[in-house]
Amino acid sequence: MSGAGNREQVFPTRMTLGLMKGKLKGAQQGHSLLKRKSEALTQRFRDITQRIDDAKKKMGRVMQIAAFSLAEVQYATGDNIGYQVQESVQKARFQVKTKQENVSGVYLPTFESHINEEINDFKFTGLGRGGQQVQKAKSVYTRAVETLVELASLQTAFIILDEVIKVTNRRVNAIEHVIIPRTENTISYINSELDELDREEFYRLKKVQEKKQEAVAAAELEEKEKRDAEAEKLALSESKDNSKPKTEEEIQKAVEKLDLKAQGEDDSDMLKENEDDVIF
Amino acid sequence: MEGLFFNVNYGYVEGVVRGYKSGLLSSNQYVNLTQCDNLEDLKLQLSSTDYGNFLSTYSGVLSTSVIQENLSKKLYQQFQYLKANSSGKLTKFLDYISYGYMIDNVSLMITGTLHERDRSEILSKCHPLGWFDTLPTLSIATDIESLYNTVLIDTPLAPFFKNCLTAEDLDDLNIEIIRNRLYKNYLESFVEFITTEFTNPDQEIMLRLLNFEADKRVINISLNSLNNPDLTVENKLSLLPNYGKLYPTYHGELSQVDDFEQLKLIVENVPEYKDIFTEGDSANGGAKNLEDWFYLLEMQFCKNAFTQQFTLSTVWAWLRSKEQEIRNVTWIAECIAQNQKNRIDNYISVY
Repeated sequence: MSGAGNREQVFPTRMTLGLMKGKLKGAQQGHSLLKRKSEALTQRFRDITQRIDDAKKKMGRVMQIAAFSLAEVQYATGDNIGYQVQESVQKARFQVKTKQENVSGVYLPTFESHINEEINDFKFTGLGRGGQQVQKAKSVYTRAVETLVELASLQTAFIILDEVIKVTNRRVNAIEHVIIPRTENTISYINSELDELDREEFYRLKKVQEKKQEAVAAAELEEKEKRDAEAEKLALSESKDNSKPKTEEEIQKAVEKLDLKAQGEDDSDMLKENEDDVIF
Repeated sequence: MEGLFFNVNYGYVEGVVRGYKSGLLSSNQYVNLTQCDNLEDLKLQLSSTDYGNFLSTYSGVLSTSVIQENLSKKLYQQFQYLKANSSGKLTKFLDYISYGYMIDNVSLMITGTLHERDRSEILSKCHPLGWFDTLPTLSIATDIESLYNTVLIDTPLAPFFKNCLTAEDLDDLNIEIIRNRLYKNYLESFVEFITTEFTNPDQEIMLRLLNFEADKRVINISLNSLNNPDLTVENKLSLLPNYGKLYPTYHGELSQVDDFEQLKLIVENVPEYKDIFTEGDSANGGAKNLEDWFYLLEMQFCKNAFTQQFTLSTVWAWLRSKEQEIRNVTWIAECIAQNQKNRIDNYISVY
């Protein structure tokens, strides 16, 4: 009995029915839109997962080479070379810029590495010995950092997309399994209530019609009786003298008859009013 | 004849040095080291050599830097022992050897001071062989004049600074130039010392070694400054030591070359260095590079130095061999730690 259990608390009127129908249409449209968004995001997500996998493998290799080139530098130049390099750096040669990319309404930050070839702060380091190894290590590590930046950008996108996909899927499911059935239930509830009202009204009308016919029949009967009685009296007065008390009695009867007529008119007015109601 | 008097003064030290020399790792031991699977194995192998239980006090995870540190410590102890037992011109000779390390320390201190680093942090990075008492006070200097007038004038390095006072302010570029200029002055003064103080077998061997050292610097400097427009020809010339087989014929040309091929042509004019670039080129994959060739040549010179009896040059040869040995062991350890076994045979072993 989901129809009884899960519906909105509304008055079953035609206005709310219209509202509910609008709501159902909106929900269906939203559902299809969100579903499409979720699909687009998932596709992107798969693509990124694949690229992360590649980047991680590449990073493993590159970092290994980089670490080894550092060992070569140390072999060629002795200790303290790291310190000399650190101290002689003044400007950033390798810069990372962030950009925003819009994927179905989700802003993903992407990092771009940018190398300024003109900046080379430690070109004199290892002038006496091992300068070549230092430069080689520099280029190898530049590649390593590039890979790291790429990976960082992918990872950030991965996390954000994951979050967004979860939220979108939750919405899609909520609309599909909660909002749409509930609205449908409400609509069918309102429809059934309205039908019920219609039937009640129809029955009432029929009842009123019946009562009216009864009243008309009763009035006709009375009229007939009165006419009969009058005809009897007329016959009686013809046989006797037309005297004052007789006329007095006659006037009283006429007044009574008028009253009765007015009552009948009242009844028909009420009927009219009722009919108005039903029409509305 | 000279042997008669040599032993009176220097016999003991020479004996000690020859003892140290026989403790250097042999090719067989290197082969054993390269077979190790991890650093613990390496430690075990090294404990059966002259290094003994050099890592016995260390507990914790082994790393290449720890191994290198402890190997170096052993070398410093031996050097200090020699110094303590030296006398006469040997003391002076050992002083001269340590001047080279002092130059490195001084430039390190200046670099650190320029960037306002913590003094104790820099001091811990200084080379122990180049330590001198006034080293910590170097950090007060902000320009070359005050550096020279307040601190360096009292140190043995003062004469080397004579030609370096032209640079007005200290920056990173200048420090590297100053360091190399100091080194040039140092080498020249060392050669002068050898020629005046030492007699013939010593003199001959030491001059050969120092000439090689000078040539090594010349080639390296010209090679490393190939694509560097910041260094003018005059500046470059002032960095090249006025000794060696390349001097004076090729220095002018070397300071003007601007590509690798020209450099190669010039250097190949000297028969001893003919192989350096050709061999280096054929194995461009990185098996042997220039630096390796220099190390190899140096080790051969050092090995030959030991063939002469009654000389002090053995001290220099031993020190260099020992340093190379530490480099070799560190290299092997690094290869083991990083699992790069294909390059592990890149060490240089001559004994």
